[in-house]
Amino acid sequence: MIRRFIPLLVFVGVAALLAMGVMQAPRKDLVPSPLIGKHAPNFSLPSLMHPHQRVSSTQLNGHWYLFNVWGTWCISCRQEYPELLAIAHTGIVPLIGLDWKDTRGEALAFLSTKGDPYQRIAFDPGGLEAIHWGVYGAPETFLVNPKGIIVYKYIGPITPRAWTEDILPRLPASATVAGS
Amino acid sequence: MIPELGEFALILALLLAGLQALFGIGGPALRRERWVAAVNPAVAGQFVMVATSMGCLVTSFVQNDFTVRYVAANSNSQLPLFYRVAGVWGAHSGSLLLWIFLLGCWTVATAFGTARLPKQFSARVLGVLGAISFGFLLYTLLTSNPFVRLTSPWPDGLGLNPLLQDPGLAAHPPMLYTGYVGLSVAFAFACAALLEGKLDREWARWARPWTTAAWAFLTCGIVLGSWWAYYTLGWGGFWFWDPVENASFMPWLMATALIHSLAVTEKRGLFKSWTVLLAVLGFSLSLIGTFLVRSGILISVHSFAVSPGRGVFLLTFLVVMIGAALSLYAWRVPHLKSEAGFELTARESFLLFNNILLVTACGTVFAGEMAPIISLALGLGKLSVGPPYFNPTFLISMLPLLALLAVGIHARWKRGGLGGQGRTLLLTLAASAIIGCVTAIVIFHGRGVLAPVGMTLGTWIIFSSLIDPIDRLRRRIAIPRAVLGMTIAHIALGIFVFSMTAVQGFTVERDVALANGASARAGGYTFQFEGVGPLHGRDYGGSLATVAVTRDGHPVAVMHPATRMYWVQHTVTTKSAILFHDGNNILVALGQNLGDGRWSLRLQVRPLVSFIWIAALIMAFGGLLAITDRRYRIEHARAEETMGALAGGKTP
Repeated sequence: MIRRFIPLLVFVGVAALLAMGVMQAPRKDLVPSPLIGKHAPNFSLPSLMHPHQRVSSTQLNGHWYLFNVWGTWCISCRQEYPELLAIAHTGIVPLIGLDWKDTRGEALAFLSTKGDPYQRIAFDPGGLEAIHWGVYGAPETFLVNPKGIIVYKYIGPITPRAWTEDILPRLPASATVAGS
Repeated sequence: MIPELGEFALILALLLAGLQALFGIGGPALRRERWVAAVNPAVAGQFVMVATSMGCLVTSFVQNDFTVRYVAANSNSQLPLFYRVAGVWGAHSGSLLLWIFLLGCWTVATAFGTARLPKQFSARVLGVLGAISFGFLLYTLLTSNPFVRLTSPWPDGLGLNPLLQDPGLAAHPPMLYTGYVGLSVAFAFACAALLEGKLDREWARWARPWTTAAWAFLTCGIVLGSWWAYYTLGWGGFWFWDPVENASFMPWLMATALIHSLAVTEKRGLFKSWTVLLAVLGFSLSLIGTFLVRSGILISVHSFAVSPGRGVFLLTFLVVMIGAALSLYAWRVPHLKSEAGFELTARESFLLFNNILLVTACGTVFAGEMAPIISLALGLGKLSVGPPYFNPTFLISMLPLLALLAVGIHARWKRGGLGGQGRTLLLTLAASAIIGCVTAIVIFHGRGVLAPVGMTLGTWIIFSSLIDPIDRLRRRIAIPRAVLGMTIAHIALGIFVFSMTAVQGFTVERDVALANGASARAGGYTFQFEGVGPLHGRDYGGSLATVAVTRDGHPVAVMHPATRMYWVQHTVTTKSAILFHDGNNILVALGQNLGDGRWSLRLQVRPLVSFIWIAALIMAFGGLLAITDRRYRIEHARAEETMGALAGGKTP
């Protein structure tokens, strides 16, 4: 009377397949952004540090840079902060910050106590600039090449692994440091 | 304070659900009277706790408590109250809590509905439901707690997914979940019968209304989702064979088979093991459906609910729950003997074929659903299975099913034969063939074979279903509600098939690029593009187009398709303009600005499409009407008497 075991056996097979599927489920942070391979938006925003100066895309063209969207209210941004400081310390690629939906006072207080990894920080209290970049939620980090094209986008807090495995290999050995 | 209360209530609910399962399943097995008596209090306690927890989450949303991570991620101070409440099930954690809450509602309803049944049986049913609740509560608390606080609150929430900001979609998940979860009651009834080792016709009579109710909710839920997809996604079309749609469709097919199989079990005491298996598989498929949606295994329009890490827990739960039920089945099924045989032309045969065809249809959908996963697991790369696979394979089992339905409803039980309706049936077939062919070929100028066949079958089902009620009316015999409900559902199926054939066969669809003042023709209508203006909404901006529609020079309407850009989430959605005119459904969707004042527009004219949803809703209504039949009202004395043997220590 093997017949009565058929449903169970079929289910075991299905479950095994599902288990194999779960192991290989696509990673969420690999969801491609429609902006990859396209020009980074042109922008010109007030600087967070110096309200009378501006941070604009024209200053950045011709150099590799990491465009990091953050805010003091964002927990995951605080979480990735040590890694940002480490990246800044290597000097391989400059970090350009976009302080998103934040207040100047809180942002400055935060940077003065925790340290400042950014070469420049654009201030976007209304959150309009982030829309042009297709930002879903902070933190998000974009790697932009000297031609102003977005090469890579990372969603969520940057981990040491993301830096060494996803971002570094995309940079040329002779990456030059922008501005300065 | 409120979120902590919600979390605490959830933990208490977990404990009570555990007790409910222990008392309900263990009590009858170990013959402990007190355990059996403690099941109902456990049910009540668990429900109160789950309801409290749900209330806490709703309150957090209503009060804009952005210290709660889930609220901050799925709501916004700009949202109106209605969507703040709908935001509760806008993402994974909250929709899971909704699932648990609805399971609680079904459990309480089952406790009341089975109060007059033998205590041991009722305890077992509630025990199985308790085990399901326990699993989902554990899942929520361990992986998807919606009450987690943010250490520093966000100034404002991220807002609700714009796709969900729609009345149809706000109602779609609760309705669908009510159906999904409702199948757990049939599952619990089946497990209880297997635990008892006895299943008789009475059992089928108790289980039927619960199954039909769950099926009706499931139908409504699927319809709402389909309607939402039609006018919000602007894809044009009522069904896409999207993996998540399929996930809801498979349990529906199983539940439909189960309803019919239960009818045979109740009337004739046959198909017992089959019925039990269907009840187990129906709920299993709704669990697997949830798993497929939540685990991120499949990519679909619904992938906003994705969370890969949680897949492993859900799969474990799935394996334990379904594995236990199927093992129980393998162990106990030899006890379920059918009571009699039947002739080849009897109603039983037709219903057997109904079941085989429905299960085959479900199997083909399941195979299509699993194919990408199998391909990925075997390292064959990514594979996408779409309408080119689903449409023909599904049709192969559906066409004979429809033809058999028209004949089968007149077949007599046991001895077979059509009870003198053979002639009438042939006449209706002839009439239907004329109507079907004339509609398809003369009115719609159709060419293929499928359209006349589909329309003939649809019409035949309607006519054939009417034969018996008309006969009863003429002879002044009352029509029981169960029969009336069945007739209404079958007629609705006929309307569904007819209009679906029209939509599939005779839809006109054009993608055009129009400059200001230019016009295009589609399906007998002329569409004149009159430019695009800006759109200013509450939390979105965008473009609003004006399109004047005329037919034969007479103005029909002015339509305003739009695209919306939501500021907070920075998402673009399409709001198609939809118009119903002379039975046709006209859809105009605004595409991209092509420059030089030209815009791309999608024009569609679909005949009879709205009848698809109306028919499906009528089908659900038929089911609900059937439940109210007197036959399903369980009288105390009768239940006690017939179940005396069952309750009397038949446990191993």
